[in-house]
Amino acid sequence: MAAALPEKATLLEWYRQMVLIRRFEERSKELFHQKKIGGVYLHLYNGQEGTGVGALAALRPQDHVITAYRDHGIAIARGVDPNRIMAEMYGKSTGVSGGKGGSMHLASREHNFWGGYAIVGGHLPLAAGIALKAKYNGDDEVVLCFIGDGATNNGYFHEALNLSAVWDLPVVWLIENNLYGMGTALEDASGQTKLIKRAIAYDMKAFDPMDGQDVFEVHETVKKAVDYARKKGPVLLESMTYRFEGHGMSDKMYAARVDEMSRFKARDPITLLHDKLCELYPDIGPTLDTIDKQCEAVVTESEKYAENSPAPTFEDLTRHIYV
Amino acid sequence: MADKNTPMREALRMALMEEMERDERVFVMGQEVGAWDGTHKVTRGFLEKFGARRVRDTPISEMAIGGAAVGAAMAGLRPVAEIMTINFAFLAFDALINHAAKVHYMFNGQFKCPMVMRVASGWGNQATATHSHTPEMIFAHFPGMYVAAPSNARDAKGMLKAAIRDDNPVLFSESIALYPKPAVVPDDPDFLLPIGKSDLKREGQHVTLVAWARGVEWALQAADTLAKEGVQCEVIDLRWLRPLDTALVFESFKKTNRCVVIEEALPHFGVGAEIAAQIQDNLFDYMDAPIKRVNAMDVPLPYAAELEMLALPNAQKVVDAVREVL
Repeated sequence: MAAALPEKATLLEWYRQMVLIRRFEERSKELFHQKKIGGVYLHLYNGQEGTGVGALAALRPQDHVITAYRDHGIAIARGVDPNRIMAEMYGKSTGVSGGKGGSMHLASREHNFWGGYAIVGGHLPLAAGIALKAKYNGDDEVVLCFIGDGATNNGYFHEALNLSAVWDLPVVWLIENNLYGMGTALEDASGQTKLIKRAIAYDMKAFDPMDGQDVFEVHETVKKAVDYARKKGPVLLESMTYRFEGHGMSDKMYAARVDEMSRFKARDPITLLHDKLCELYPDIGPTLDTIDKQCEAVVTESEKYAENSPAPTFEDLTRHIYV
Repeated sequence: MADKNTPMREALRMALMEEMERDERVFVMGQEVGAWDGTHKVTRGFLEKFGARRVRDTPISEMAIGGAAVGAAMAGLRPVAEIMTINFAFLAFDALINHAAKVHYMFNGQFKCPMVMRVASGWGNQATATHSHTPEMIFAHFPGMYVAAPSNARDAKGMLKAAIRDDNPVLFSESIALYPKPAVVPDDPDFLLPIGKSDLKREGQHVTLVAWARGVEWALQAADTLAKEGVQCEVIDLRWLRPLDTALVFESFKKTNRCVVIEEALPHFGVGAEIAAQIQDNLFDYMDAPIKRVNAMDVPLPYAAELEMLALPNAQKVVDAVREVL
């Protein structure tokens, strides 16, 4: 990387966020199997932490974030309280969405985190609309929209990217290419598997695909893209990454991809950052160990918080249908 | 200026223009809303008056029009998205139903979605099967949505203004056949009709006719015909399919004990079915006859003018239905 590295405190914060996401997801998986967390899916972010954390670090608080249903890691990286995320997954009234959204529908208005959305591609035009607000009002804000590779083949992708190009909207479209849309491999779903080339169709600015396991590269690229979007208009990015836990809890296929998995696990984004930190700061080991323990404690605390929170009431059932 | 006879398309145009003048956050977007002046001329002159920032021509991208309106509304603007006809709104259905209608609830009140989607609706003029739907009740199926379907120019103005000022998402259906039809329309820029309030169009004691949008015209024509025979029909215009106001309907039914529901739409799972269900559920002891429905025939609409006319409801079909319940 040509760019100067961020300062030590920043790197430690990235490390903390990535480890927190990993511990949170590992525990979520266990809690799902214990039926503490409901639903039939639970889409974990393990393996993709470098992308989420690196990308969000390139935003300012007044910028906007929106994503699909694999949203726990994005919420954590945006600074949403893990207690309230876990409470949402438990379906408790203290959850970020009052227990009415669930794992796929986390959101926090105060963080300009507009939510996780569970209709594939459905949030893309919402991102365009939020960006339109910024442009319409002359607000100096950018929208970062995460997109799974699977979403690049439905109409929303085409219509939203095209609209953003026609209207020069300040959106960074970030494809998280984890090689599978649910169980279907990219090459079985896309005529053009180099997804970044989709930008050509809209004469849209694009940067070379990023190594999504490398938080530095993601951060550096997204920062450039955010600057471009702020000044000129939409940008398409592609992060090459991988799901360590498959699509969701019902995915029985991913475990069989042994070679592929071991290739990506050898490039675990957290290990890569850990090693880089040790290389930069040879005596940082104990600090990292402390962060690891702190993250475990945060997850344990979030679980307790969720356990002890009240369930929503009958009044909540009919609240907020209309304003 | 004074209140004057104004066609519905002009009443809608007045409503939109007044609301855009009143509130900077209100803007229009859709196919051909700008340079073309709107497919139905409701936004005639808007591009010139308000400029391209607030009068936004879009690509032919209904999914994006719907979804971008949702996002812009959540972020604080008040979009009025025009989908050329309700037939094309099927392509925006997901954005409306899964997002516009749900974001307020699903995220526990963190977001509002103050958007209006205007759609032109209805049968006639040999527009053929794919261009002749009146599926408003499908959109009205879902909590979180409001659905408006005015029957005349005056109501259209007051209802559209109320829809734009409301903080909830509204599907606003405009019957194409009613665009040229005039009514006396108030020029008061604060003339609003409350959301979810039905309207008593004509008093009578023998039978209750419940209708919406174009159905109201057929109901009133039938009431004229039947009055000559001494049958007095009470006619109620629902105006909104959601919130569905049954107060006037129930009050009337207690008096007449008979009801015919008239709508341009197809019969299956329709507004007539809902009204019938609610009456039997709430007013069973008042029922003196089966509740009848007058709908379009249960067929895809064919091109040939003769066949089209056979399939459509009309005043005579209403008269026949009333005779069956008397």
